[in-house]
Amino acid sequence: MLDVESKLVGYNKKSENVEIQETLMNKIWQFGLLIWLFLVSLAAFLWAPLAEGLGEYTRILYFHVPVAWVTVLAFLIGAVYSISYLKTRRIIYDQIAESAGQLGLLYCVLATVTGSIWAKVSWGSFWNWDPRETSIFILLLIYAAYFALRSAIEEEERKAVLSSVYSIFAFVSVPFFVFIVPRIYSSLHPDPLINTQTKINMDGKMLTTFLSSLFGFTVLFFWIFKRKIDLVKIKLDLRKMEN
Amino acid sequence: MEIFRLKLLHDAWLIFQKDIRQEFKTRYSLNAIFLFALVTLVAVSFSIGTFTASADIKSALLWIIIFFSAMSGLSHIFVREEEKHTADTLKLVAQPTGIFLGKFLFNLFLLFVLELIIVPLYFAVMNFEVSGVAVFISVLLLGSLGLSAGATMTAAIISKASAKGALFAVLSFPILLPVIVAGINGTKIAVKQVAFAEAGSELQMLFAYSVVVITAAILLFDFVWNE
Repeated sequence: MLDVESKLVGYNKKSENVEIQETLMNKIWQFGLLIWLFLVSLAAFLWAPLAEGLGEYTRILYFHVPVAWVTVLAFLIGAVYSISYLKTRRIIYDQIAESAGQLGLLYCVLATVTGSIWAKVSWGSFWNWDPRETSIFILLLIYAAYFALRSAIEEEERKAVLSSVYSIFAFVSVPFFVFIVPRIYSSLHPDPLINTQTKINMDGKMLTTFLSSLFGFTVLFFWIFKRKIDLVKIKLDLRKMEN
Repeated sequence: MEIFRLKLLHDAWLIFQKDIRQEFKTRYSLNAIFLFALVTLVAVSFSIGTFTASADIKSALLWIIIFFSAMSGLSHIFVREEEKHTADTLKLVAQPTGIFLGKFLFNLFLLFVLELIIVPLYFAVMNFEVSGVAVFISVLLLGSLGLSAGATMTAAIISKASAKGALFAVLSFPILLPVIVAGINGTKIAVKQVAFAEAGSELQMLFAYSVVVITAAILLFDFVWNE
């Protein structure tokens, strides 16, 4: 234990690429994010008006859609880092892609659960294979398959290469689900109600709340993601010192 | 460039022939995939009877039989190379792209043979009728193209991992689901409609999917094969 601590002290002194100290800026950002999300929650429940045809169920929109958006964003980031790994063969990119995958899985579960609750109150059943429900489920399956593949390979480099290839390959086939299938097959999803003819048909207050929530959730994701990247860097540096 | 391209196709063709010969020595994949399909068909037919199910359910069941039969046999093409330690020799004789195309051709051939046997049998046993035969055949052919392209790539990935059998279906399912969904819908349409235009979006999607997946697989196969 002491050994590791002394190493960490030495590590802090010569840390060049990792900033683990809490800066004032960081704290302001965190606090700002907390206030922002708090205000968004208040606005979603008290300030924003209700959409026609959706009633009180409108309120879940401000949480469900941002979470689903972050799921797709995490998936995209994972694929980008997988490509970087295959190009440069630096193990850190694979580790970052894995972190993005872990966060994506978390958000994917949240999106599935919130969507399912919304489906229960407005369509009458928790699950009915609406095209959007299918596509979020496919994302869930892909994340699960990605981690199943990772756990089935012992050797680190092989694990990195194969899981990167799988994540890119899956990323190529997902657009068929997320974008093409919902357009071919009819959906009960409320975006035909809110988003007709690709014009966003929202009240000003609704739109403000919605975009603020989207922004807040995206920043929250990037904040957690940055934390995970720092962790990965520390882990890799520690391993380098042990060797 | 012209010579390279020809060599690539020539390699692919040679590897296809090699795999066919090897397959007919043991007939492992063919037996596995065909018997699996037959058992599933019997189970389905036995449990729901001949006349009770609607055309929609029958279209879905046909694709489920094809998909899971494919899952039982298509991974063997790469697993065999790893298990018999012949992959290294293969690396020496051919380009990765040629190898992928050869293996993909073999899996496509295997799937066609399976469908040639199981689809007529399915029609007979399940009392299934389609009015648009041409539409149905196009959906089947394009579906097999997408199915074997996706499955060949995942087979290459899992052949390097442990717990191969279970992993193959887990990894393939999310990637191949667009094919299954479009295949089922195309078959449903073929039951009622004769005109190609009715199944236009399904056929387009199957074709686009095959092109995209084959391209991605050729680009990515290098990394998997040389790992």
